[in-house]
Amino acid sequence: MAFEIMSGSQAAAVAVQRSGVDMVSAYPITPQTAIVETLANFDARGELGGEFVSVESEYAALASCYGAAAAGARAFTATASHGLAYMHEVIHWCSGARVPIVMVNVNRTIGAPWCLDPDQGDSLSQRDTGWMQIYCSGAQEVLDTVMQAFLLSEELLLPCMVIFDGFYISHTYEAVDVPDLETARAFVGPPAFEAQLIPGGPANLHGLTTGDKQIGLVKNRHNCMLRAPEVFRRINSRFKETFGRGYDVIDSVIPPGVKTVILAAGATAETVRWALPKLEGTGLIQLRMFRPFPGPELCSVLEAHDIEKVVVIDRNCSTGMGGIFAQELQAAIYGMEKPPAVRDLILAGGIDLTLGMLDSALEEDMAGERSGQQWGDEL
Amino acid sequence: MRIEEITAKQEMLNAGHNACPGCGAALAVRYLTRALGPDLAIVLTASCWSIIAGMPPLTALKCPILHCPFPSAGSVGSGVRRGLNAKGKHDTTVVVLAGDGGTFDIGLQALSGAAQRNEDYMFVCYDNEAYMNTGMQTSSATPFGARTNTAPYPLFKEGQKKDIMQIMAAHGIPYAATATVAYPEDMERKLKKAQEIRGFRFMHILSPCPPGWGTESSDTIHLSRLAVRTGFFPLYEVFNGTSWKMTCRPEGKRAPLRDYLAGQRRFKQMEEARIEALQEEVDHDWEKLLEKIEASRL
Repeated sequence: MAFEIMSGSQAAAVAVQRSGVDMVSAYPITPQTAIVETLANFDARGELGGEFVSVESEYAALASCYGAAAAGARAFTATASHGLAYMHEVIHWCSGARVPIVMVNVNRTIGAPWCLDPDQGDSLSQRDTGWMQIYCSGAQEVLDTVMQAFLLSEELLLPCMVIFDGFYISHTYEAVDVPDLETARAFVGPPAFEAQLIPGGPANLHGLTTGDKQIGLVKNRHNCMLRAPEVFRRINSRFKETFGRGYDVIDSVIPPGVKTVILAAGATAETVRWALPKLEGTGLIQLRMFRPFPGPELCSVLEAHDIEKVVVIDRNCSTGMGGIFAQELQAAIYGMEKPPAVRDLILAGGIDLTLGMLDSALEEDMAGERSGQQWGDEL
Repeated sequence: MRIEEITAKQEMLNAGHNACPGCGAALAVRYLTRALGPDLAIVLTASCWSIIAGMPPLTALKCPILHCPFPSAGSVGSGVRRGLNAKGKHDTTVVVLAGDGGTFDIGLQALSGAAQRNEDYMFVCYDNEAYMNTGMQTSSATPFGARTNTAPYPLFKEGQKKDIMQIMAAHGIPYAATATVAYPEDMERKLKKAQEIRGFRFMHILSPCPPGWGTESSDTIHLSRLAVRTGFFPLYEVFNGTSWKMTCRPEGKRAPLRDYLAGQRRFKQMEEARIEALQEEVDHDWEKLLEKIEASRL
């Protein structure tokens, strides 16, 4: 292992190369481009270990990953924003077909108008597509999570999206502990799933079915995804043994006696982590896994610390409802005996999180209300 | 070829499939799989064949079929080819099967991308000249003058049928050919030739559709043959986008187009002026094709 200075995008590409893939198929889009270019450079040096395909669209990128994975190969792609939206049909198709694929999405606002800032609305609008979603807060986490995502995806036969904020993570250079190739390849291993498409005999893969059979498929996919936290912990425990670090589906920093926590996913979690010493009496819960939603884990942490108020950082907004992480949290805590009040801090458009915003959201008197919203641009 | 020779070959299409009686697409795929099988993998996009293949776990074919979203066929084919290669299955023939909608319209971008990359598989378009699986709506493969359920009387399909062969030839792919079900030996020769070539190969197969075209199921072969004899659908092949060759030239003078149009309900109320306009278009395309063939000989 050796520390190298690299961006979040480079960390994602290095993780793919270290994991060992049969095919990378991708199309460039800001702010994901450096991932594709770094992988192309590996290919140019003969170090990728698989095929690199420059396709004509994001739709083609994911569709070719579907074909490769159906044939039993390990496939990777990366995109952002409009690219992810353009893939939407195939995103559904891949999870329905139960092919393991790892895709990185770098958060960026979806237009109109054109906007490059890291709103999370792109990945969150793919919430219900049957993909696992893991949000990363820094380049090291990106590298580690991409490697783990191959194992998670192949064990559960569900595709996995690894997500991080454009620019704040994709373009920020950090010191990253990079595993050597041999150790990394040994950790991830060759593709650990069976091919669906096997020449030589009949098979009618993903052809027409009826609702009475479809409900069983949907239920099976749902129940499989609910196993993700358990599998993720097992993978991370082995990862920690090998590389000396590991993660959980949520990570919390809650000092004793603290009754208020901030819930954040992605780069804002890292911002809050650094700000905590200045935010007296406040803790942090980093939401890492978003699908499946770690409701039981969240409730258990909130209950254990008797948390009275949660400030949720939502760099997104579901128009007509509000921040999506806050909605999901409120649905999860509904059954708690003493659910905390939820204050939703909306940073739609991917605006920067400031200490002033956090101070205001934390100090805001909720006047007995169980929930409320604040817009970041008003603070 | 004698009929016994044809029937003695290994059939890859089982009886009991879901095609309509007289379906040109079912025949086309029967010939296709028999010529190319058994080490064959089919990528199938939304089309009549999504239904003809049957409901999983049942299947009409003896080779695997991977269904895919409508616009994605060309790209899924690329992935399957590379995936099979990664598994050491370099010898398996990968065929992407699409209707005219999945080729001329919604699938054109993926098809063009795969052709430009010279992906190593065969893209086969069975063309029944409209969206037949949803009940005969206009596609860009629908001929001028035809009536469809999105161009009902007094409307009609305006504009020419898109010339997909010229588009594919312009990509400079190693091999592209037309075929139709009335000429199974011609089709088989082309398929086998295509199978031996590496890189991107394209087959355009005219497949009459009795319910869509408004014809008797017993007319399929007759119409397929007339399409060739009138010059409406010439049988030819193109090598590397530059070398054009006719494979089945009508004997003597081409039959008048109205022989082909007559008896098809989709052309029933076609005005005389439009028949003449379509005849002119066919004549023009025929001359252009002959010029390309002549130039290829030089």
